[in-house]
Amino acid sequence: MNPSMNASANAAAAPNFLHIDQKNGVFQVSRQAFTDADVLEREQAEIFDKCWLYLGHGSELKNPGAFLTRSVGGRNLVFNRDSAGKVRAHLNTCPHRGSAVVRERSGNAKFFTCSYHGWVFAADGAIRDIPGAESYAPGFTSTGRANLVAVPRLEQYRDLWFVCFDVNAVSLKEYLAGAVEYLDLISDQSDKGMEIVSGMQEYSIRANWKLLVENSFDGYHAMSTHSTYFDFVKNANGVLSQANVYGVARDLGNGHACVEYTAPWGRPVANWVPAWGEQGKAEVASVQARLLAAHGPERANRIGQYSKNILIFPNLVIVDVMSLTLRTFYPRSPDYMEISAWSLAPSEENAWMRKNRLSSFLEFLGPGGFATPDDVEMLEQCQRGYRNQKEAGWNDVSRGMLATEPQTVDEHQIRVFWRRWQERLQGQSSAPARTAEPVLAK
Amino acid sequence: MTAVPSRNDIEVFLYREAALLDNWKLPEWLALFTDDASYLVPTTTLTRDASPDSSLFFIGDDRFHLGERVARLGKRGAHAEFPRSRTRHMVTNVLIDEHVQTAAGVELKVSAAFSVFRFKEGNADHFVGCYYYRLLVGSDGSIKIREKRCQLDMDTLRPQGRISILL
Repeated sequence: MNPSMNASANAAAAPNFLHIDQKNGVFQVSRQAFTDADVLEREQAEIFDKCWLYLGHGSELKNPGAFLTRSVGGRNLVFNRDSAGKVRAHLNTCPHRGSAVVRERSGNAKFFTCSYHGWVFAADGAIRDIPGAESYAPGFTSTGRANLVAVPRLEQYRDLWFVCFDVNAVSLKEYLAGAVEYLDLISDQSDKGMEIVSGMQEYSIRANWKLLVENSFDGYHAMSTHSTYFDFVKNANGVLSQANVYGVARDLGNGHACVEYTAPWGRPVANWVPAWGEQGKAEVASVQARLLAAHGPERANRIGQYSKNILIFPNLVIVDVMSLTLRTFYPRSPDYMEISAWSLAPSEENAWMRKNRLSSFLEFLGPGGFATPDDVEMLEQCQRGYRNQKEAGWNDVSRGMLATEPQTVDEHQIRVFWRRWQERLQGQSSAPARTAEPVLAK
Repeated sequence: MTAVPSRNDIEVFLYREAALLDNWKLPEWLALFTDDASYLVPTTTLTRDASPDSSLFFIGDDRFHLGERVARLGKRGAHAEFPRSRTRHMVTNVLIDEHVQTAAGVELKVSAAFSVFRFKEGNADHFVGCYYYRLLVGSDGSIKIREKRCQLDMDTLRPQGRISILL
C-alpha cells in the first residue's frame, strides 16, 4: 500500500499520507511522511514558511538594547529590544552583501555593526552609517534598501513572541484559536509575569521532527518508555500517588491540541509530593493561596493541579508537568532534528522553589534527565524501523478513535496534528470546520 | 595534617574512575562519592560559576539523585542505555589547582580535560570538556569525590542528543 495521489486540483500533487476510516476506527500514517526528502521540502514551503513560529519570550530581553540570535524556520534571526524598548525581529543578514551582522549569541547593544564592510545599524534595524557613503547614489540610505530586513510578521501573546514569514497569514491570536485558553492557564501561574530561567538545552534527535510532536503529548507511552522514571518517583516519595496519567485530550483548532490530566509527580505550581518535605509543603501552600486569591478555587485548581502537554502547531510544545518547559524543534533532514528547550517560571518565585523547580525539571526533562533520553532512544528506534517501510509501511494512530471522550492515554491529540499537517501539505492554510470535540470534564 | 597527594596519585585515581565508567561498574563508581556529593553538567552557554539552583543545567544531581541515576542505569527500562553503549573516557591535562586543610583531611580542587566517546548502533558521539573536581583526601590517604562538574566545550549537544552515559 502506498500513499495515493490526491485527485483534487488545489492539492498541487501532494500525496495523501493518511489512511482514515472513521467508521471503523482506522487511522494510519504512511512512514514515507518521516523519510522522504520531498516531504521535508513541502513542509518547509507549506508549514514553516506559512505558520506562526515561536521566536522567544519577552523576559529574555529584559532591558532596551538586549539582543539574542536564534534560528527559526530555517532563518537566522536577531531578536532584540530597541532603544525605545520595542521588541524587534530582523533577518540576520547585511543588506549589503549578506554577511550575518550579529555574531554573538546574546548581549546588549545600541548598534549592530557588520564586520565585513562596517555598515552600522540602529537597534530598530535602520541604517546609521556606511563607510564611504558619498560613493553611493544620493538618497541611498533613505530608500530602505540599506536597512536590516525585518521579519514579515512579529506578534506576541502574553509575552510569547512569534514570527511568521507569510505576510498574508491571519493574526497570531486568530491562528492560536483554542490554544489561547491554555496559554492563559500557563501564563496565569504568575501574577507578575513568567520568565525564562537562564540556561538553554540545545540538543538533537536522529529522527524525524514529527516523531517529537507525537511524543511530546503522548500519554500512552508514559508507563512503558518511562518505567524507570516512575520507579524513581515512587522511591523518592515512598509511594506512587497514582499508577498512571488520567485525563482528557483536546482539539484546540488549527492543528493545536493538548492533553490535560493528573499525574503522580509534584508540580512547583502547585502540587506537593512527600519528597519536597515540610518546607516544600509550606511553599506549595503559599503558591496555592496566591492562585486561589487571583483565580478562585476552580481555576486555581486547574492551573495548579493539572498537568498539560500542549502543541502549538507545528512545533512549539509547552509541557507543564513536574516543571514547565517550552521546546521547539526543526528538521535539518528527514531523519535529524534540532531541539531547543527552556525552563519557564513565575518571576516572583523564591529561591527555594526555583531550585526545586529546576531539580524537578532535571528529574524528567532534557537530554540528561531520567526520562527524555529514553524518548530520544525510542524516537531514533522508530526512525530505524522506517527503513523497513517497503514491506511495513504504515503507523497505526487509532487508539481511542471510537471513544466518546478521548483520554490522555489515547491518540486523539496526535490525530489532530496529522489531519492538520496533511491539510497544510496540500496547501490549505485555513482549517476546515470539524465537529466540536467533547468539552473538558471537571 | 593530612599529606597532600601528588599529581600522580590524583591521576591514578582519575584513571581508575574512568575505567570503572568504561566497564559499567556503576555502583563501584558511585562508591567514590561522599554522602554530600554532587555531579553537575551545565548547559553549554552557562559560565563556570553558574549554579543548578538558579540556572537550567543538563544534570544537577545531589547524592540522592546520583544514586537514583545509577540505579536507573542498572535497569532494562533505561532504554537509552539498554543495550549498553561502549564508552571510552580519556582524561588528561590534570592539575591540582588548590588544596585546603580541613578537619576531615585535605580538600583539593582538581581540573582535568576530558574526551569521552560513546559508540552505539553505528553512531559515534564525542563529548569534550573540562572536569572540575572537589576531592576529599582522608588522613589514611583515601580519596573521595565531593563534586564533579563536567563543563562541556561543545556549542550544543548536537549531534550527541543526550547524556545518557555518565561523563
